[in-house]
Amino acid sequence: MEIIKGRCHKFGDDIDTDAIIPARYLNTSDLKELAQHCMEDADPSFPRKVKPGDIIVAGKNFGCGSSREHAPLAIKGAGVAAVIASSFARIFYRNAINIGLPIFEAPEAAKKIEAGDEVLIDPAQGIITNITKNETYRMLPFPPFMQELIAAGGLMAYVAKKVKKP
Amino acid sequence: MGMTMTEKILAAHAGLEKVEPGQLISCRIDLALGNDITAPLAIKEFRQLGIEKVFDPGRIVLVPDHFTPNKDIKSAEQAKLVREFAREQGVIYYEVGRLGIEHCLLPEEGLVVPGDLIIGADSHTCTYGALGAFATGVGSTDLAAAMATGECWFRVPESIKLNYYGRLKPWVGGKDLILYTIGDLGVDGARYKALEFTGEAIGELSLDSRFTMANMAIEAGAKNGIFPVDEKTERYLEGRTKRPYRIYQSDPDARYSEIREYDVSKIEPQVAFPHLPENTKGISEVGEIKIDQVVIGSCTNGRLEDLRIAAKILKGKKVHPEVRLIIIPGTQKIYAQAIEEGLIAIFIEAGAAISTPTCGPCLGGHMGVLAKGEKAVATTNRNFVGRMGHPESEVYLAGPAVAAASAIKGRIAAPEEVL
Repeated sequence: MEIIKGRCHKFGDDIDTDAIIPARYLNTSDLKELAQHCMEDADPSFPRKVKPGDIIVAGKNFGCGSSREHAPLAIKGAGVAAVIASSFARIFYRNAINIGLPIFEAPEAAKKIEAGDEVLIDPAQGIITNITKNETYRMLPFPPFMQELIAAGGLMAYVAKKVKKP
Repeated sequence: MGMTMTEKILAAHAGLEKVEPGQLISCRIDLALGNDITAPLAIKEFRQLGIEKVFDPGRIVLVPDHFTPNKDIKSAEQAKLVREFAREQGVIYYEVGRLGIEHCLLPEEGLVVPGDLIIGADSHTCTYGALGAFATGVGSTDLAAAMATGECWFRVPESIKLNYYGRLKPWVGGKDLILYTIGDLGVDGARYKALEFTGEAIGELSLDSRFTMANMAIEAGAKNGIFPVDEKTERYLEGRTKRPYRIYQSDPDARYSEIREYDVSKIEPQVAFPHLPENTKGISEVGEIKIDQVVIGSCTNGRLEDLRIAAKILKGKKVHPEVRLIIIPGTQKIYAQAIEEGLIAIFIEAGAAISTPTCGPCLGGHMGVLAKGEKAVATTNRNFVGRMGHPESEVYLAGPAVAAASAIKGRIAAPEEVL
């Protein structure tokens, strides 16, 4: 995974999938449409505020609730470069990795980063640097299998290698 | 050292003698499930692989239950996509008028048996754990990969053992037990873990109540919920399935990350306040909360037992003039049986709206969306901000008894208040 640098938006604990992408928008799977309503019920101004390359920072249990893959898709579609949270709900975690949305579990970073901070994420080193506050935080590493999936470009790329006819 | 039920089922499907929590494994799946909002994405991903056929059409089930009967043009297009794929591939497919809410339908149709490993592109797939299967929710991409390969990767979860003892109070059912448990654990108290439901009180529960409990395992963050298989399970399966099945039991020396005990005789009907399922209170602590709508149904409480309880309370009574009561039988068979037993007549006489099986209002789709400032009591499974409609509406989760009583009183009420 490459180095990611961006400006942070801050959210609280237990941000659920209904907040990330309300069900009223689930009659489409179009990335651009979903992106227009990203985080709408958690912060109605977010779709207007967010710029490509921005980073979402949240508390515990980010992405809890539904299995809707539209949730990480909306976030990715809005141009968000990564999500840092103190913990992730399990289906969201899987989905994010499967679709290639970079996510990082880093409790200390999640606590200390504030809205507007500029941060740099170095996945290879396992370090997040808060450029604005001049602080660094460690993040939990991915298990080797997950690193393989991510390196392959997501689950379908991984599967494609296995099923595609030569 | 012994294994839990969950570990055994995962090991068996990975072709391994033994597995341990934390281990990453690839399992062959017995069944994969999708619906009208999750399958379209999965179908798109599947097509991109360029392979012509799914791994085994008899092991894939598609149930268009969320935004059907078609809620709007976009939803109609999604449903059409799923229908056409289903026909092309010959997978198991159910059409409007012959279907049910997926997690009510699959057990009814005998598609799930003990010892199965089931994935579904719907978070409430954990429902089937009530039959002693390993069942978990996944995303659309996981479904696509499974349709192609017949496999899915898992990280073996730790198990939490929940032991329920004592005798249930009147009107307390599976929904109250699981709400109480989620209130105790918190919405991430079981994150990444398996919830194992055991104890004498569990043995007394009907299958309908067990489905309700397993259904909400995800609301505590769990990977799956699982029940032991007993004579009640086997009686439920009789006549529904011809498939042979394997009954797994947790070993006496299986390891659990924690064990919690619940004296059910101390648990009263529960209500989960906005905006988290863990925000629970006993009915006696609820206070005065006027409501606008009541929904009885969903994959959590849309089964016959739930409708019978609601009918007992609504019989001969009227829905409060300022309340809309919407009742949604979980499947066509449940609906037909409810008509047969006179339950539907009781509901209509009381002033309730009856709907064809659909997820509808549970996720703020259709058939009962809330306006700004409105409050609903629902036998559904989530009450996050905006879940049933306007972000400034509120959802209070409860079982069918409290829901029915509340519909009559026009405020959140206990069954004893109306009988």
